[in-house]
Order: sequence, then C-alpha cells, then structure tokens
Amino acid sequence: MRHWRTMFSTLWTSLTTHKLRSFLTMLGIIIGVASVITLMSIGRGTTAQILSHIESMGANLIIIRPGAGFGPGGIRGAGGSVQSLTVEDATAIAQQIPYISAVAPSFSTNLQLVVGNRNTNAQIIGTTPEYASVNNLKLAEGAFFSQEEYRRAAKVAVLGSDVAETLFGELSPVGQKVRMGNMIVAIIGVLESKGGGFNSPDEAAIIPLTTLQQSVSLTRTAQGERVVSSIYLTVSDEKHTDYVVEQITNLLRSRHRLSASAENDFNVMSMKEIASALEETSGTLTLLLGAIAAISLLVGGIGVMNIMLVSVLERTREIGIRKALGARERDIWIQFLAEAASLTFTGGILGVLFGVAISTLLERMGIVNTLVTPDIVILAVSVSIVIGLFFGSYPAWSASRLDPIQALRSE
Amino acid sequence: MIRLENIVKVYTVGKKEVPVLRGITLNIEAGEHVAIMGPSGSGKTTLLNIIGCLDRPTSGKYYFEGKEVSSLNSIELARIRGKKIGFIFQTFNLLPRLTALRNVELGTMYAGIVDRKCAVEALAKVGLAERADHRPVELSGGEQQRVAIARAVAKNPVLLLADEPTGQLDSRTGEEVISLLTSLHAERRMTLIIVTHDANIAHHCRRIIYLKDGMIVGEERI
Repeated sequence: MRHWRTMFSTLWTSLTTHKLRSFLTMLGIIIGVASVITLMSIGRGTTAQILSHIESMGANLIIIRPGAGFGPGGIRGAGGSVQSLTVEDATAIAQQIPYISAVAPSFSTNLQLVVGNRNTNAQIIGTTPEYASVNNLKLAEGAFFSQEEYRRAAKVAVLGSDVAETLFGELSPVGQKVRMGNMIVAIIGVLESKGGGFNSPDEAAIIPLTTLQQSVSLTRTAQGERVVSSIYLTVSDEKHTDYVVEQITNLLRSRHRLSASAENDFNVMSMKEIASALEETSGTLTLLLGAIAAISLLVGGIGVMNIMLVSVLERTREIGIRKALGARERDIWIQFLAEAASLTFTGGILGVLFGVAISTLLERMGIVNTLVTPDIVILAVSVSIVIGLFFGSYPAWSASRLDPIQALRSE
Repeated sequence: MIRLENIVKVYTVGKKEVPVLRGITLNIEAGEHVAIMGPSGSGKTTLLNIIGCLDRPTSGKYYFEGKEVSSLNSIELARIRGKKIGFIFQTFNLLPRLTALRNVELGTMYAGIVDRKCAVEALAKVGLAERADHRPVELSGGEQQRVAIARAVAKNPVLLLADEPTGQLDSRTGEEVISLLTSLHAERRMTLIIVTHDANIAHHCRRIIYLKDGMIVGEERI
C-alpha cells in the first residue's frame, strides 16, 4: 500500500494546524454523543428500576380487578366503577383452579388513623393472611395477622412504613393502639418499605377483611356475595401463568353469568404481562430520548461538513500540488475522508467519556437512575464514525474532483 | 520518448473558444535537455502541462514512452505523473505546513516508494541536508526551489519538467538553480525540459524550441 506513516503524519498536521477549529468541530460531535449516551442511559436506568420494582412484587403475581378490558371499540369502565369481584369468586378460584399457591381477595377504602395528636388518612386494605406472601411483603418488625386472627376478626393492623413513620416517628408502633374510623386496633407489625410506585403498601394499613367488614359494611351483589376491590393470587410456577389466566377468565365469566358476546366485567393481569408492557413502553421512551439526542449529533455532522468544505477550499492549491506529484483522485478522497472521520471518531470517544461522566454524576447525585450499557457506547461511537464518513464524503469527493491545472493556479 | 502529433488545445472561456495550442508536432528523445522559449501567452505552460500528463489535448496524439496517453483516464495519468515525471514550478509550490524533508517525502509518497532514505539523499543532493527540518517560510527563494527540485528528483523520474524555474529568483540564485538542474541531468541522464523566456537560461540547453501563438516557429540545436 501507500506510505502509511506519511499519510498519518499528513493527517496529524492537517488536524493540528487549526487546533481551535478542529476542536470546535469536534465539540458538536462531543455534545451529540454525550447527550445520546446520557439520555439513553437515563432511559435504560428507568427501565431497570421499573423491572426491579416488579421483581420485588413477585413475578408470579396475578391481579384481578373489576372493570372491562380494552375491547375493540368498547368503552372501558374505570377500575372499581364496576363492582363485580367478590370474596366468593376468590374462594372459587382457590378451590377450582390448579397451579395456584395462594389467593388473597382485598377490599380497600380510606379511613382516618389517629394516635394521640397525630393523624393521617390512609388506604385501609382488608384482606386475608395470604396477602403478605402473595404480594411478597416483608416485615420490618412484628408479624402479619394469622388465620386465627382472621377467623375471629381480631382488631389488629399491620402498617406500611410511611404510615408508621407519620404516626409514630422514631418510636416502635408494635403493641400500640390506633383509632381507625370508629374502632380501635392494635398494631402487630410494620412492613419494610417498597419505595413507592405501583401497588406499593408503604402508605397503607392492612387489617383482616373480617375486621373491616365490622366497621365498613361491604356491598353485596344480587346473589348476596361480598364485593371486594381486587383479588391477588400467585401461581406455583411462572410457566403456568398463561394457563391460569385463561382458567380464571373462564371461571369468572361463568360465575358472573356473562353471555358469550359480553365483554369481561373484570381484568386479569399477570405481572409477566405488566412487566413486558412496561418494558416495551420504557424501551420506546429510551429510543425516543436517543432520537432527540441524535438530532444534535446530526447538527454536529453538518458542522463537520461545513468545516471540511472550507478546508477543501483553503487547500485547493495543496490538492493541485498533490495531484501534480501523482496523487490519484482516490488518494485525495481518502485523505479528506480520513480527516473528517478522525474528527468525528475522536469527538465520539470524548463524547462517550463525557456522557458516562454525566450519567454517573446524575446517578450519584440521586437525580435519576442511569445505566450505561456497552451497546449504547458502541452505538454512539459507530454512529459518530458513520456521520464523519457521511458528511465528509461530499467535501472529499469535491476535493478529489478538482482539476489539477486550475487547482495549481488558485491562490 | 516524447512524441507529439498535431496537438491542439482549446480552452472554452464562457462561450468563447480560445485556441492555445494550434497543432504542435514534436519529438524529444530520452536524455535530451530541451528549452521551450516564447513570449507569454504563447502556450508554453499549456504544452508543458500536456507533456507532464496534467492536462489532456483537445485533439492530436501524444505518445509517452511509446504509449498513447492522450486518451488515458485520470488514474493512469496520475500513475505516470507519480512514477515517471518530476515537476518544478515557478512558484516552488511547496506545502507551507510541512518541513523541507516532509515536502520531499511527499514526492516519493505518490510514487509508492516507502523509504525516507530517498528523501534524505535527494535533499543532500541539492545541498540542504541541514535544512531538513525547516519550513518553507524559513527558507530563501533559492533554497525553496532547491527543495522543490529535491522533491521532483527523489523518486528518480525519467522526465523532469521545469516551468520558469528561475522566474521568482534573482539572476545569481537563478544561475545556481539552472546549474543544479544541468548537473542532475548530466548525472542521472533523465530527460529535462525547461520552459523559460530567459535566453541565457535557454542557452544552457542542447536544444531550444521557439513557440509563438501556439505554434512552433523555430528550433535551434547547440
């Protein structure tokens, strides 16, 4: 091949002759790549956070809520607006459907909690003892209520971490009494924090469903069944999830006496589905963020093209001399293309360093979760090289096509 | 070695056609030392560019080392320029950002010679070995032209073309440059063609071709 060492030193000389200009040109690419990396790492970090949250709720979880599904053209009632699920539905599911490890019907309402001069309005969840294992709840102290306490409708409550802190501050709530609506309950346990988010029990107090019935009378359906807000259940093995969802749907449709053409008056969601739906959404979000950042990369590329065109114009005579010395069109083309590509490649590498630094800083400062994965870095660097080749090719081509005689005459 | 048959070159300026060469027929043997003389506008430089494969004739045939080159494509012309032909310009045409040595190296790079030694030797040949690391602005006109000569001869071309090589130099340094070219020609036996309008310089050559209005109007052998 040609004289590689000479080619590289030529390249180095060209880039270092106008140091500020080279740097400013690179800056466009640096900013572009850094923002691609930062924004995409925010997207990835958020996705990872959502997934770990779902993981903490338990991947085997299935949630049944009242209300219609998203039927084509149908009007969906807001969750809870239809009172279709009952304690008896939950019992039937537990008895008739295989591969189910636990079922917990739950009814939730809002009541005032009062301790001395402190009070808070909390979500009160009335449920069965299975609720703890189904929702993967862990206790920071004390215990969850037992089957025995459930049966005799004991006046006991388990507090979410935020509620406990609001009412008791640093003190241990276990053993203390709280006024809940029109009854007094004893605190027997406090839950570990799940960090908020979907279905988080942090701001709730959990009591036996039987106890709640004494304070708040549950609505009854036409058949005299007790209405609940939702039913939580777990499957023994994740791989049976789809089968179980199908069986539950069939069972509830027949229990609710729905005709073949009627829409479901309930919604069965498995965590698996929710996770994949959320993952898809946040994946789209990540792509969108990346695309917005890519616009600045594009602008950086246009800057490269601009500078390369100026450079070709300035060096017309040099091109003429090189041609007179025997440079082929290809040699000139490669020379200018290599200049553009090395500008954007160097810019890409610096951009990665900046992007990773910014992402790390955002994470450290606790502003937002970020996750820099190798694919983001590879994507950003290769896009920056491609931009160099793309936006450098026209200036390089116009340089290579210069007529040597005219180029030599230019000043 | 060089055979021109009825070479015509017409430039198109706007819509007007300007004939620059109107039928040049000329033979130059290998190893000859030729001067092309004529007033400005007589087509000397255009003729030299065609001989140097930088430009193509509008019509006519040009044989270089027996090969018809007027119809070759730009890649083949570049290869001939790179390997066979050394150019020396009136304005030196050194690259301002490169050192003398790097400028000379550039001449060998496109010839495909991967050897710094050639460049160093060529620079020593023109007596500028100690100036290797200087940039063109740090050199006098005569020195710059000697670097340009080193650049042209480093790849050991068979044909050396000089377009008014002394045009920008005072008469004494001009003499030096001409005697350098003459001694290189004697030593390496390459064909040397010098375009000039200076009769003193032309008389260093063995053959003088007179050009006027794009035609050969006379020839003299010394």
